[in-house]
Amino acid sequence: MSGPAASDIAAGEVLLSIENVSLSFGGVRAIRDVSFDIKKGEVRAIIGPNGAGKTSMLNVINGFYQPQQGRITFKGKTRSKMQPHDAARGGIARTFQNVALFKGMSALDNIMAGRTLKMRRGLLWQILRVGPALNEEVAHRHRVEEIIDFLEIQAIRKVPVARLPYGLQKRVELGRALAMEPDLLLLDEPMAGMNLEEKEDMSRFIVDVNDHFGTTVALIEHDMGVVMDLSDRVVVLDHGVKIADGTPDEVKKNQDVIDAYLGVAH
Amino acid sequence: MASSMRAPADTFPKLLLHNARSFGARPAMRHKDLGIWQTWTWAQVRDQILGLAAGLHRLGLKRGETVAIVGANRPKLYWSVAAVQALGGIPVPVYADAVADELAYVLAHAEVRFAAVEDQEQVDKILSISDRLPKLEKMIYDETRGLRDYDHANLHDIGAVIADGRKALTEDSNFAALIDAEIAAGKGSDTSIILYTSGTTGQSKGVVLSAERCIAASLDTVAFDSLTERDEALAYLPLAWVGDHYLNYAQGMVSGFCMACPENADTAMADLREIGPTFFFAPPRTFEQMLTRLMIRMEDASFVKRKLFHYFIGVARQYGEPILNNQPVPFTGRLLYWLGNILVYAPLKNVLGLSNVRIAYTAGEAIGPDLFSFYRSLGLNLKQLYGQTEAFLYLTAQPDGQIFSDTVGPALPNVDLRIADNGEVLFKSPGMFVSYFKDEAKTRETMTADGFVKTGDAGFFDSKTGHLKIIDRAKDVGKLKDGTLFPPKYIENKLKFYPNIREAVAYGDDRGFVAVMINIDLTAVGSWAERNNVVYGSYQELAGHPLVYDMLQKNIEETNRSLAEDKVTAGAQVKRFLILHKELDADDGEVTRTQKVRRGFVAERYAPLINALYDGSTEAGISTEVTFEDGRKGTMSARVKIRDVATVPAAPTIGRAA
Repeated sequence: MSGPAASDIAAGEVLLSIENVSLSFGGVRAIRDVSFDIKKGEVRAIIGPNGAGKTSMLNVINGFYQPQQGRITFKGKTRSKMQPHDAARGGIARTFQNVALFKGMSALDNIMAGRTLKMRRGLLWQILRVGPALNEEVAHRHRVEEIIDFLEIQAIRKVPVARLPYGLQKRVELGRALAMEPDLLLLDEPMAGMNLEEKEDMSRFIVDVNDHFGTTVALIEHDMGVVMDLSDRVVVLDHGVKIADGTPDEVKKNQDVIDAYLGVAH
Repeated sequence: MASSMRAPADTFPKLLLHNARSFGARPAMRHKDLGIWQTWTWAQVRDQILGLAAGLHRLGLKRGETVAIVGANRPKLYWSVAAVQALGGIPVPVYADAVADELAYVLAHAEVRFAAVEDQEQVDKILSISDRLPKLEKMIYDETRGLRDYDHANLHDIGAVIADGRKALTEDSNFAALIDAEIAAGKGSDTSIILYTSGTTGQSKGVVLSAERCIAASLDTVAFDSLTERDEALAYLPLAWVGDHYLNYAQGMVSGFCMACPENADTAMADLREIGPTFFFAPPRTFEQMLTRLMIRMEDASFVKRKLFHYFIGVARQYGEPILNNQPVPFTGRLLYWLGNILVYAPLKNVLGLSNVRIAYTAGEAIGPDLFSFYRSLGLNLKQLYGQTEAFLYLTAQPDGQIFSDTVGPALPNVDLRIADNGEVLFKSPGMFVSYFKDEAKTRETMTADGFVKTGDAGFFDSKTGHLKIIDRAKDVGKLKDGTLFPPKYIENKLKFYPNIREAVAYGDDRGFVAVMINIDLTAVGSWAERNNVVYGSYQELAGHPLVYDMLQKNIEETNRSLAEDKVTAGAQVKRFLILHKELDADDGEVTRTQKVRRGFVAERYAPLINALYDGSTEAGISTEVTFEDGRKGTMSARVKIRDVATVPAAPTIGRAA
């Protein structure tokens, strides 16, 4: 494991800090000199209009994109370069804007896939499924069943995810991320395309994850009602630049934020 | 003889001890938890229930006090029922999906001091109405999730209560003897449970049932279907419904069969398949949904499988029921059915979870003859029963081999049935209720002078089979001018079994004859039109098409023939009908949101049409206001044709073989 365990960091202390990060693709500057931090145990929202660089920011955090400038400190360990699998191993899990599950596999198998990094035995052992490998799988399956119970998706356990409605696919994806027992959970638009009831369900799960497992959550969301209700602090990006950072109330009153969302008369 | 059967005990807690002694190692209960079926034997269940009873005693529950049980089918809630009974308390199960207001009414009316609930949702619901429940003191809950931060002064985890009780029982032999004495002190005449009716007709009433009567009724029916401790049932019906308490709890205690609790409400059908029960009950709607899902999935099957399926379903339709009823069947029929069983029926029943079912029941509403015979033709022993909460469910049931889709069977052993002059079914039965809780007036109103209970349902004994037929709620049954019985829903249900007919409204009360207004089913009639090159531009045009009228006339004449088969209903044959130019719609207030026709309102709105039905005209104009989905209103006018239908003379009751 890289870095200290998250348990060494007390709730309310900085879990992840982003310092002066910039990212560009050729001539396009996706993120410009952005700094903010995420404290352990909080729900942190990243909002902004389309193209503000929100998803890019998540991709930087979990190592999918390498920023040209800036420093990222996670659990006290600073790095400028990291691979996604390092991030995963380090305790960062995520869900995607457009659901990225193994479509042909059952909900159960998808969530089991989230346990891959926790498997001690090698591939051969796992294929043979005997002795210690079997015991290990039973233990993992138990943990996965707890997650299935938590997310109330028992009824779709054996259903291939391709046959599930979108809202449930999102829930399975959250389950897979939870299976990694992450310290930091990144959610990219967890409510996109959902109806009101599904949104309420998902909000409740996010709150529960945060409450019960003490998981720190960073989420991107467009539904302002959801963001303001769920999050402890909000950072607002616009055209790759941070324009506001604070509690939902502070952000709501910020003139730059209002301008960014509603447009300004020129 | 059922009447010579003696119960080994006169209360359920005593039965529990008896079962644990007689077959303590047999499974009594299962529950799927975290994806794995957990099983408790009768001995283990006894220990849990005794522990819970001891724990409840330590929390202060006393003899005669009521305890609400709110939640889904979970072992710990069933144990709560038995533990409360063990202490001489009275469990009061409440529908888990009841809104706060209904819950407040029942809990306040039953004066509960304790409540055993499933989870946080129910705890919150009860806390929100706690100001209306001055007597409620303590709650115990099954699911700990989300409840960690609640004030636990009067809130206890059932698991912890059981552990506390068991510890006290092992440490203090005097206390253990006290609990044993509490069980022994229970009498058969004690109130065993109070079941609140669902309250579709006014405020719900608390039906008081005594232990000895519950056990007597269960004994009779357990013998009727020869249920034993080797049987297994899936407990998925609402806890507060008499059906669940009777079929699962009471029959389980009496026969000793194992009941399996599904993982949660959504997984019941999948759990059904894993458990493979031998005894199964489902309302007609569930059977219909199972069939619909099956047919939809068959549409996606490969060509060969589809052909195979339809061919052998045809074979089953022809020979399946006669084989099940032990009637003569040609050898080739038996051979084909045998082959079909290997290739189609057995795998099908396996997928549906019905492979092991020995006895299946349906009740609650009329079941379509096609639907009923579909399951029977596959070799599923599906039967009908009739009962109500006041009778502890069982009044009649079809014996094996005497199955008809339109009867509910003859009276069960020891049940006395009588038809009152107004057609209402009256009964006296082993399981009949003691009274309505705190409602002497209602109790007296429901009983006749000689001790029979009024069911509120109208019915008659079928002249051919001797079985009871339920036709309608007694208060909805009218009379034609000449005094003939007019059961509107019975006629409408018969008509609605035709796929072409979506809705039918029958009139005839205080009129000279019966007339109906019909809504065609656009899907069924539309696909018929496509197949027969009938061109139409709108619902209205299709509804008024002469060929559609011809087709429906045939359906109604067929219905008349079936009505004529019985003297009681022969007079209520349909003489005239019309097809409405628009669908009855909830937006227009013509049907309720649950799709029940509001007869009075429809009669008012379509008064010109009804007048035309009775004044002999062949066509009538109608203009009605309609509300579109976006809320705009408009007027819709049409000329509607009216047709006469042939009726048949009543079948002679003598000189005709049954």
